[in-house]
Amino acid sequence: MKTKATLKIALAAGAMSLGLAHGALAQNTVKIGSVLSVTGPSSFLGEPEDKTLRLYVDKINAAGGVAGKKIELVIYDDGGDANKARTFATRLIEDDKVIAMVGGTTTGTTMAMVPVFEDAKVPFISLAGAIEVIDPVRKFVFKTPHTDKMACEKIFEDLKRRNLTKIGMISGTDGFGASMRAQCLKVAPTYGMQIVSDETYGPRDSDMTAQLTKIKNTAGVQAVVNPGFGQGPAIVTRNYAQLGMNNIPFYQSHGVASKSFIELAGAAAEGVRLPAAALLVGDKLPESDPQKKVVTEYKQTYESATKQPVSTFGGHAYDGLFILVEAMKRANSTDSQKIRDEIEKTKGFVGTGGIVNMSATDHLGLDLSAFRMLEIKNGDWSLVASGS
Amino acid sequence: MRALMNQRFLTLAVLAVVIGILPFVFPSSYYFRVASLVWVSALAAIGLNILMGQAGQVSLGHAAFFGIGAYAVAIGPVHLGIPSWAALLLGAGLSALLAFLVGRPILRLKGHYLAIATLGLGVLVALVITTESRWTGGPDGMPVERLTLFGWRVSGSYTWYWVTGGLLLIGTWIALNLDDTPTGRAFRALHDSEVAAQVVGVDVARFKLQAFVIAAVYASLAGSALAFMNGFINPDQAGFLHSVELVTIVVLGGLGSVVGSIVGAAVLITLPQVLTVFHEYEHLLLGLIIIVSMIFMRSGIVPTLSSLFLRKARS
Repeated sequence: MKTKATLKIALAAGAMSLGLAHGALAQNTVKIGSVLSVTGPSSFLGEPEDKTLRLYVDKINAAGGVAGKKIELVIYDDGGDANKARTFATRLIEDDKVIAMVGGTTTGTTMAMVPVFEDAKVPFISLAGAIEVIDPVRKFVFKTPHTDKMACEKIFEDLKRRNLTKIGMISGTDGFGASMRAQCLKVAPTYGMQIVSDETYGPRDSDMTAQLTKIKNTAGVQAVVNPGFGQGPAIVTRNYAQLGMNNIPFYQSHGVASKSFIELAGAAAEGVRLPAAALLVGDKLPESDPQKKVVTEYKQTYESATKQPVSTFGGHAYDGLFILVEAMKRANSTDSQKIRDEIEKTKGFVGTGGIVNMSATDHLGLDLSAFRMLEIKNGDWSLVASGS
Repeated sequence: MRALMNQRFLTLAVLAVVIGILPFVFPSSYYFRVASLVWVSALAAIGLNILMGQAGQVSLGHAAFFGIGAYAVAIGPVHLGIPSWAALLLGAGLSALLAFLVGRPILRLKGHYLAIATLGLGVLVALVITTESRWTGGPDGMPVERLTLFGWRVSGSYTWYWVTGGLLLIGTWIALNLDDTPTGRAFRALHDSEVAAQVVGVDVARFKLQAFVIAAVYASLAGSALAFMNGFINPDQAGFLHSVELVTIVVLGGLGSVVGSIVGAAVLITLPQVLTVFHEYEHLLLGLIIIVSMIFMRSGIVPTLSSLFLRKARS
């Protein structure tokens, strides 16, 4: 008798997987897909991305859509799990039949989804940081956020201007910190930088004085760089002040470019420099700045709709969506191949992250001017004028 | 005895028929992908069920072996230059060896202590995978070369559906047979009462270790299959949350029930896909369904339902 039960259950399981079917396609809409880490450990990235996409797709549709067609946005939440992201990517392609995708919150989820879009020949604009996403260039994969390599270059450029060449590094061992550390080590020689001390800490460590003491005691350290993410850099900054190292210039990365970093690090953050996107200092930009209009508008729209402070991560989604929408307008088609070609031809697009000029060999299209060097003064960001 | 044989054969036959029929009703390759994921998770869960359900030992770090299998096929071809299929065997061998070496001391522990020890093992392996970025690509993961067998490149959701389905059939067959061998009976004796088992002459330490090694090999093979299927692997697969997911599948489906592990995997893998229509309430509903089914089907989905059917059939 037991077998009968087994049979029924097996059939039920089969029937359940059938229940995944989706509604029919409406005629005058075009589907754009997105897989984001709205929940899970990367939700602080995915949530503003999710809100930004929904907000602006509604706005675009209210204004009549793109080329006479309304956009239907399909968003799935991968919870930060690369394996789930991969499944949802397959679902977007096979089941929802999207014409393009803006998503992929983390480098891990993005890299897991890349093969799906490459195979299906559907453009994929990623919102992940690491340079591996676009280097080597893949035909259908683009991205909007600055790379960690650019952050290193921006910091080294500033150091060079200040005639500081011997640097100590203290990096997080999380994905962000490890990747940026590797990039910094790689580009250091090009800027004549010498890494005299190279320390690391775990993402959940609560005290870094040991590593910092080692750097402090290394002869000739002229500046310290901290590639890291989350609460780690705030602790490093506090320890830095506790050890009285303030006389050595201290650089953070774009990974801490949010107000919560200043709150966490407190007075210790004074004088810390970091490269960041213009979005963070929109109100402090001179009127002549080409990005001024875009970043202040995005900030206002986002903050009035969500009642939450704007973050650069949502800005990446904004850039991705509009690069895609403009490419769709230029292509005047919903053909994935044509849209891809037009995305690659994006020139002079002013986004929250910078001015984008893509080419067949550059699927990011940002240069170092996309980063602004900021210094924390009186508990707020201030622009470092070039030359100081 | 014959009834038992028949029942075992019937379970296998039903599973084979289900695997064979599903492709005819699947509208797109996305369904093949989801089904393959179910088969892979089920394979790992069946192994874990031998340890948890049959031998009555808990493991909260089982994803470690899954991770070892997955990273073996990723690292083998790239860094060591060995063919993918050999890397798969190497991964299974490594998992078995690790389980053998670590199992002996930690399986002396009982209950919560064993849970903590296996948890520690899982965390350690995940930590090594995350930090040894020179080999493993670090927290962002690494690509996996496609499996090539006799010049045939195994890729695509459709192909992997059959490969993983075949693996699951073999895994199920072995697990069902194991149940009825002296080893299987020793496992059950262990599960019911360790002292009683010892009194009737069961070498407790040896059989616990055997169950642990078998479970490790199952997980390792499942991990390798997933890595090949995705062409990409990251440390999440070896992490604590994945261990918990495997335990959930086993408990939800039914401890000690081979079919239960498959049903548990089917529920836990397909539910999040079905629930996406509810957007924000997705996680709430998933939690609710699991809680409700654990309250009303205390010994797991399959054992509860089958005893219900049995009772109905008798009356």
